[in-house]
Amino acid sequence: MGLLSDPNRRRALISLLTRLNAPICVVCYMAGVAWFMGLAFEPFTLRTYMSENAMGSTMVEERFPAGERALATGREFSAHKKKVGGMPVDWLVKTMQARGLEVFTQRFSRTLPFPDENKERYLVKGTNVYGILRAPRAPRTEALVLSAPCTPGDNNNQAVGLLLGLAQYFRNQVYWAKDIIFLVNEHDLIGMQAWLEGYHHTNTTGMDWSPLQGRGGSIQAALSLELSSDVITSLDLVLEGLNGQLPNLDLANLFYAFCQKIGVLCTIQGKLQRNDWDSVSGYSHSVQTMMLMVMKQASGRPWGDHGLFLRYHIEAATIKGINSFRQYKSDTTTIGRLLEGMYRKLNNLLERLHQSYFFYLMPSLSHFVSIGYYMPVIDYILLLICALDLWVQLATPPPRTEDGVADTEQMSSPGVLSVLTPLVISHLTGVEVAVEHFPVSETEAVVLTAIAIYTAGLALPHNTHRLLSGEGTEQGWKVLKLVAVLYLAVLLGCTALINFSLGFILALTLVPVAAFVTPHVPKILSAFILVILSPACTLLFSVFFFQELQEMPVSFIDGWMLFLSVISQGILDHSLYGSLVYPLIALLVYPCWLLFWNILFWK
Amino acid sequence: MAAHRCSYSALLLIICSLSMFIVADSQETTLTGDNHATELDNPQTATETAGQMAEQPAVEERRLWEATEVEEATPDDADTDKQDTSTPETAVPSSVPQPKDDFQEELVIRPLHSGDIYASFQFRTLWETDFMRGNKVSHYRLFPKSLGQVISKFSVRELHISFTQGYWRTMQWGQPFLPSPPGAELWVWFQDSVTDVDGTWKELTNVLSGIFCASLNFIDSTNTVQPSASFKPLGIGNVTDHSFLRYATLPREIVCTENLTPWKKLLPCGSKAGLAVLLKSEKLFHSSFHSQAVHIRPVCQDWQCKTTSWELRQTLNVVFDLHTPGQGKREWSLFKMFSRTLTEACPLASSSKIYIDITDNPQGEQFEVSPATPLLSQAMVLGDRRTFSVYDLTQQITFGTVRSLNLLIRWKSSEGDMLRPLLHGERYVAGYGLQTGEIHTLMYNNHPYRSFPVLLLDSVPWYLRLYIHTLTVASKGKDNKPSYIHYQPSKDRVRPHLLEMLVQLPPNSVTEVTVQFERALLKWTEYTPDPNHGFYVGSSVISSLVPSIVAMDTNSTREQPLFSSFFPCKEESSYFVRVYTEPLLVNLPTPDFSMPYNVICLTCTVVAVGYGSLYNLLTRSFQIDEPSPGLAKRIANIIRKMRGVPPL
Repeated sequence: MGLLSDPNRRRALISLLTRLNAPICVVCYMAGVAWFMGLAFEPFTLRTYMSENAMGSTMVEERFPAGERALATGREFSAHKKKVGGMPVDWLVKTMQARGLEVFTQRFSRTLPFPDENKERYLVKGTNVYGILRAPRAPRTEALVLSAPCTPGDNNNQAVGLLLGLAQYFRNQVYWAKDIIFLVNEHDLIGMQAWLEGYHHTNTTGMDWSPLQGRGGSIQAALSLELSSDVITSLDLVLEGLNGQLPNLDLANLFYAFCQKIGVLCTIQGKLQRNDWDSVSGYSHSVQTMMLMVMKQASGRPWGDHGLFLRYHIEAATIKGINSFRQYKSDTTTIGRLLEGMYRKLNNLLERLHQSYFFYLMPSLSHFVSIGYYMPVIDYILLLICALDLWVQLATPPPRTEDGVADTEQMSSPGVLSVLTPLVISHLTGVEVAVEHFPVSETEAVVLTAIAIYTAGLALPHNTHRLLSGEGTEQGWKVLKLVAVLYLAVLLGCTALINFSLGFILALTLVPVAAFVTPHVPKILSAFILVILSPACTLLFSVFFFQELQEMPVSFIDGWMLFLSVISQGILDHSLYGSLVYPLIALLVYPCWLLFWNILFWK
Repeated sequence: MAAHRCSYSALLLIICSLSMFIVADSQETTLTGDNHATELDNPQTATETAGQMAEQPAVEERRLWEATEVEEATPDDADTDKQDTSTPETAVPSSVPQPKDDFQEELVIRPLHSGDIYASFQFRTLWETDFMRGNKVSHYRLFPKSLGQVISKFSVRELHISFTQGYWRTMQWGQPFLPSPPGAELWVWFQDSVTDVDGTWKELTNVLSGIFCASLNFIDSTNTVQPSASFKPLGIGNVTDHSFLRYATLPREIVCTENLTPWKKLLPCGSKAGLAVLLKSEKLFHSSFHSQAVHIRPVCQDWQCKTTSWELRQTLNVVFDLHTPGQGKREWSLFKMFSRTLTEACPLASSSKIYIDITDNPQGEQFEVSPATPLLSQAMVLGDRRTFSVYDLTQQITFGTVRSLNLLIRWKSSEGDMLRPLLHGERYVAGYGLQTGEIHTLMYNNHPYRSFPVLLLDSVPWYLRLYIHTLTVASKGKDNKPSYIHYQPSKDRVRPHLLEMLVQLPPNSVTEVTVQFERALLKWTEYTPDPNHGFYVGSSVISSLVPSIVAMDTNSTREQPLFSSFFPCKEESSYFVRVYTEPLLVNLPTPDFSMPYNVICLTCTVVAVGYGSLYNLLTRSFQIDEPSPGLAKRIANIIRKMRGVPPL
């Protein structure tokens, strides 16, 4: 430190830093991206391992025998579903009661802010049916949940059948220490949201539901089951929940351990695990798997019915049965045994799942990247040396005379004001984007209005600073850029802490913008780059990229339609489940980007 | 023995002179009691000479126990000893005048609405004695000595202790004969002669912890409350000063074999004969619900209540599940439930009976009981008129030719819907996150037209900080103002919250009591070894006089004279019910006690310190500081300033 307290050496060091500012920025950015790509490389990642001792080496023998009967129940369910034209509530109640459960129902209704075109619903009314298996000699303090959505059409009948089959089998066992709640929810996430809000007696989204009659204490873990065929080739594990929350890694470990034990193929993001990590294709496979996870997590929406549990600190995952053209098939009995094993282990839990990681990325089911390994990526990318550079540039105008102090004061006060105006105006535009959609009721209209206001925002603020300070000064844009850069860093840093994927994707596109924008670069070209790297375009590219990763490439027109529906889904997720991504983009990220736009057109 | 007796006589010689006036004093006050005691001795010495031998070590033990009071106890003991040796075989066992203690045992089996089966054992020992007399009771026959000593040592007026595993499912099973909350519950009324109630309570819980092999020693001031209204004495005595009452629950207590064994040892026949042979732990703990309890209270000896006697009731309730594995046929037998059959009554019992509730089954359409019995009995149980088949185990005929009784109940109909008990309660924690929450208590009054008041008792640990201003009581969407509220705020680490209120439940309604709370952050040593499991909050207690089902029966089809049915009979019009809600499991904010937490803390500190100082040095502007002028120069400057001359 003595080196730095010496003014001369310090000056030398600072001049070195400012001179090398651009290369350092580029190198850091590159290092961040390279680090991120390295995360998927298997030797750099850790193998998953079970941290929770209560679920570790305990012996569990799976004996579930009644797969065929479960399928028959599923068919019966499907017949009743067709007859009623929706959820066969009475039949479910009767069937669950016959299996010795305490059965309750919950009615709910919700009017969407505008029609949801993907699922074709606007006024949603439904009923959830759930049966509680009371554990013998347990005081109703802890519970586990197994849920299966009742979806329209021919989907998911087998899941309900298996759920009922497991209920019957579980009821005859004596080892339960926690109540088990078997839930069949209608209207997938909306029903789940209603049930969870009813169970915890909260109302975050203004839904109407009838209060629940029976409860089982605090829910320790939950699994949601999706199964649409009699035999399956593999089981897919879905972890991403609301706002990018993930369940404890031990839940994934448990699933993986039982798949290994029972001999079921298991996938994550629909991708099988490969052993050839040292080949290029093997590496790209795990990059794809990880990127899919990043994209899904960044979207902030629940990717299965489990996603809403996470808000209540309930570890949950969705298990999807997939039937592809592969030769090797597993039958329902096997899946039943797998679930039995998982529930028995969860039943053994003494504490909530807390031993393992809550923040992780998975390049494959058997490997994970913990928060300690992926956070440096964001650190590198966000290492905004240019902020330091700007600070130094602003601070260095050498005071020539004694009255230099007064001089800088005079200079800085309009600077601050000139910064304030664009800040306020950009945020007002953000608020516009966030709240505009309520008067209109058509999905298309909502999305197009959002985009229109977004684009209009580009025209609006680029010479707002004139409102107050008249002519923009060289100091003015530097102060503005300094503020914008620090704002961006704080914003992305915080986002990345909560939802790494979202923070990473935004940082990837916004940081170059932040680094190079000045009023002195060629206007047309820079404006084009700036638009390309704006949040909306990032979303558009993400849509294409996501389709590409899923090996379902789309044409531009389809992609555009998809882009529009993603925006409408984002708005819906926000109003239905309280997803925070849309408001985050509209209220914070977009205004921040507008500041850079403002700098570009500084006069 | 001889050595002991020598020491007794030596002690007698020395002490008699010293304690003459003390003994005289006590004899004056308790003259009648002494008469009883001598009367009592006669049949005992006759019937149980062997018992006396067995009791000798117990006397010594007791002497150790009450070492401080040995002077007073010794003469008495020596007296009885002498009596024993002088009259070993004089009295005739057959012509016993009137035994001063009495033991009864019974088992009630009730096939439940849900298809499960409820077995309730009750063992009652009555003893006409007075533990509170000056001279100590030393001679025990049927009454367990360990409990007798507890009563006299701690001046207990009433003691109720229960150990329960499982939650009584009111919606499926109806009301239990004796309700109890999950875990352990203990409430004690002390005599008004006790000066230091808290100290006595502390000692008592520790002693009981030893007797019942349970963690009752975890009862301390942080989970003990003094309810003002909910727990009235059940025996005689009209004490209402609740400063002599202590109530505590341990919702986390797990009940198992080690609690059952000492409980069985309190029975006169142990588990050797009588109904108690059925109490095998491997079956009792293979059930849906298990609860065992001990209730001690003073009761009237006769109709006029001239003398009182002590009643010890040991109860054990167990519910067997219909859906146990291998239950192909829907039938129950004593052997299936308890893996034993009955061959005899306890020889010491004056009555030994099995009751089977056949009220719901008048024509045998629901289930079938074999062997059939001609004996029927009717009783008012919980406001309902019930009919029971009775099997008297003291009659040899009950056991038939095979000399063993194996009752068999065969179900015919399928299980029914849920019940709508007139009163039941529910409780849960609402909200999410680890900062605040809300406790909801729901009380259902399912009576179609009568409203009735209930007393709600809530004892919440201090680490849930109740916001009492958020307390709301609402039924049918309207505010329902409690007519009585007793609230004692908690003190951190000292005492829990106590909330008691009297609420009127409107007919056919749900009354919801909500109160918000904040979750306290504990000190790191205060967390349990499994902090992520959560912390328990004991059940709330709802006590009420519920209008009885019989009184509800307005257009009765039963044959009864019209003049008898206009005003509802007082005894039958309402009955007392106590309902316990579920205990709660609440997660408190818990630090991550594991390695990653430490690593994060450490690295963050290092980064903050390192980066912070570097950044500080890079961005700070250094200036060369002028050395401050000396005092003389400063004064000179002030003077120069006053003169208007530029400073030095």
